[in-house]
Amino acid sequence: MNAKNPSASTEGTALQDASEMSDAAEKLNTPLLEIRGLHVCAGELEILKGVDLTVNAGEVHAIMGPNGSGKSTLASVLAGRPEYTVTGGQVLYEGDNLLELAPEMRARRGVFLAFQYPVELPGVRIWQFLKAAVDALRAHRGQEELSARDFDRLLREKVKMAEIDPDLVKRSVNEGFSGGEKKRNEILQMAILEPKLAILDETDSGLDIDALRIVADGVNRLRNASNAIVLVTHYQRILNYITPDHVHVLQDGRMVRSGGPELAHELEARGYDWIKDTAAVDA
Amino acid sequence: MTQTVTRFGNYLADFQALQQDSAAAGPAWLRGLRDRAWSRFDALGFPTARRGNEKWKYTNVAPLAKSSFAYSRDLAPDGVLEPGWLSNAAPREKNWINLVFVDGGYSRELSTDPGAALGYRAASLAEVMGHDGRAVEQHLASHAPIDEDAFTALNTAFIRDGAFVHIPDGCAAELPIHLLFVTTGRAQPGVTFPRTLVVLGRHASATVVESYFSPNLGHYFTDAVTEIVLAEGAEVDHYRLLLESPGSFHVGTSRVHQSGESSLFSATFETGAAMLRNDFKVLLDGPGSRCTLNGLYLTSDNQHVDNLISIDHAKPHTTSRLSYKGILDGKSRAVFGGEVLVRKDAQKTDAHQTDRNLLLSKDAEVDSKPSLLIYADDVKCGHGATAGHIDETALFYLRSRGLDLETAGRMLVHAFAGEIIETVKLQPLQDFLNRLFLNAIPPKSLLFGGGP
Repeated sequence: MNAKNPSASTEGTALQDASEMSDAAEKLNTPLLEIRGLHVCAGELEILKGVDLTVNAGEVHAIMGPNGSGKSTLASVLAGRPEYTVTGGQVLYEGDNLLELAPEMRARRGVFLAFQYPVELPGVRIWQFLKAAVDALRAHRGQEELSARDFDRLLREKVKMAEIDPDLVKRSVNEGFSGGEKKRNEILQMAILEPKLAILDETDSGLDIDALRIVADGVNRLRNASNAIVLVTHYQRILNYITPDHVHVLQDGRMVRSGGPELAHELEARGYDWIKDTAAVDA
Repeated sequence: MTQTVTRFGNYLADFQALQQDSAAAGPAWLRGLRDRAWSRFDALGFPTARRGNEKWKYTNVAPLAKSSFAYSRDLAPDGVLEPGWLSNAAPREKNWINLVFVDGGYSRELSTDPGAALGYRAASLAEVMGHDGRAVEQHLASHAPIDEDAFTALNTAFIRDGAFVHIPDGCAAELPIHLLFVTTGRAQPGVTFPRTLVVLGRHASATVVESYFSPNLGHYFTDAVTEIVLAEGAEVDHYRLLLESPGSFHVGTSRVHQSGESSLFSATFETGAAMLRNDFKVLLDGPGSRCTLNGLYLTSDNQHVDNLISIDHAKPHTTSRLSYKGILDGKSRAVFGGEVLVRKDAQKTDAHQTDRNLLLSKDAEVDSKPSLLIYADDVKCGHGATAGHIDETALFYLRSRGLDLETAGRMLVHAFAGEIIETVKLQPLQDFLNRLFLNAIPPKSLLFGGGP
């Protein structure tokens, strides 16, 4: 309340507050990710046959399914891999059409895919690669590039968090890395880029118990109320370490079942064939 | 002899004028060498034959042979180049010995030569021949014989000045020696004949850089010959920067003679020209001698680059490593000939060569012909050649981390080139090459195979 011009400023402020509040409310109501009736082909073959999924900020979703169900295809399409064609349906990210964004735009808006088989980049130093990624993100937000020293500090902090050998950053990306090291490098990138939507594509595959624990700890540390994680996995094991809010089962390109964390245990006990026999979809 | 006059009209006239010019002619032995060289060139002619011309099979010399180039006998190298431009064009550190030649003439003004006080020297050939030419006479044209090759013969017929580097026995030359050959192309398209002679005594060592470049995008012809002689146990780090104008012709012939236990590390960096030929041959003529030959080239448009690298293992216990990489864009063409000869007595030879190419466009082409002629029976020899496009998966990985297509592409191309650039031991030179190769790739080429 302004003593000099009480009524005018109060009114102006009140209107402003109201519209800001409705924007914020809008954001709270808008899911982070909304997939509606998604159909995807690889060449002639239709892999996803009408997938629906809603992910809100603060949630962890697990997508399970037998081999060939289309789990990795779903993850790839969200990241924007060119090998797949969307033949129907919609994907909305923060209310916007995700499918029309180039892969680098999706990344800059906070979508991150942890690859199942991260590619080796001989000659591309990890330090250089990560700095370029951070600078691209910052440029998108209208921020300046980080100085080499500031980036060094950031990197050291995250390397420690991801339990990675600090000498690794001088090496070329993924070159000569074991499966576990590659997966931990994906988590390191996630830690540095702090995505809003992280899709982990079979991050647990090929990992022993210790590696799995390190990866899961890394992921759990990054969870917060503003981001969301989609865990694509074949096995229930990782869900012992990262507790999902929702579990979905993908089979033959369709979401055939959804439930809470206990669904994962049921699957482990009864196998994927059990799902085929029961057609019900719980919300 | 009417046929000769028509065939090499310009060259003959210039040659005769040079021989008759007492100011330019030099000592008697040099005039004799030139005469013999000219006769040889006249007999051989440019290698334009389409048949039986193995060494030039993929490279067409006709456009060069048909062109007329002006030879400048009046060398006025000073005041033509801005020193500021020179510093940006090639690394020219203050604490190096720099010998600068402009359009064939030695420029004292632009050169930095501490002189004999160091115990070793890099100087103008003409000056050295002027007062004590014995070391020059002993070695000049002994290792790059005029018989083999028309371009060598032609260059030799026009020897007047050049660079002479002499490191005496036991001397470790501390200061890197940079020989810069600049063509300004100020008048008509011209020809220059850069000549380099590097002699290292027993157990001597040095770093030598040769660069060839031009401030203009003009059309000219560089016919260069380099001879490097390494006595027993000598070591040299040698770099060649061929950064000529994109419309030029450059034929460079390098011959290295290595005695026992000597070591050569040589890295060549080339940006494309209308026709660029790098004929580099090493003779491992003493047990325990070894060489590492690295190369990196970048071509675009309609450029043509031909690297013919030959290593002759003449004695036992010799080692060679040959590693060339090419980045080709547009409709450019690269030819790579890696010829390793292992003679009958060269037991325990260890030779390996690789030629790898990154094609940035659909129309770029590379002809790779590794050849291994092995006459000894206790040897280790291997070779590999690859040509491929930028890895799509790698491109996508970088894009999925927020890098746009162009940045991602540059990063991958630079990573490919980096393996060779990293072998450069001179830090200022390495920095220069990193900048050069990172920026040289035009953005439009990286859209091949990409798309949002």
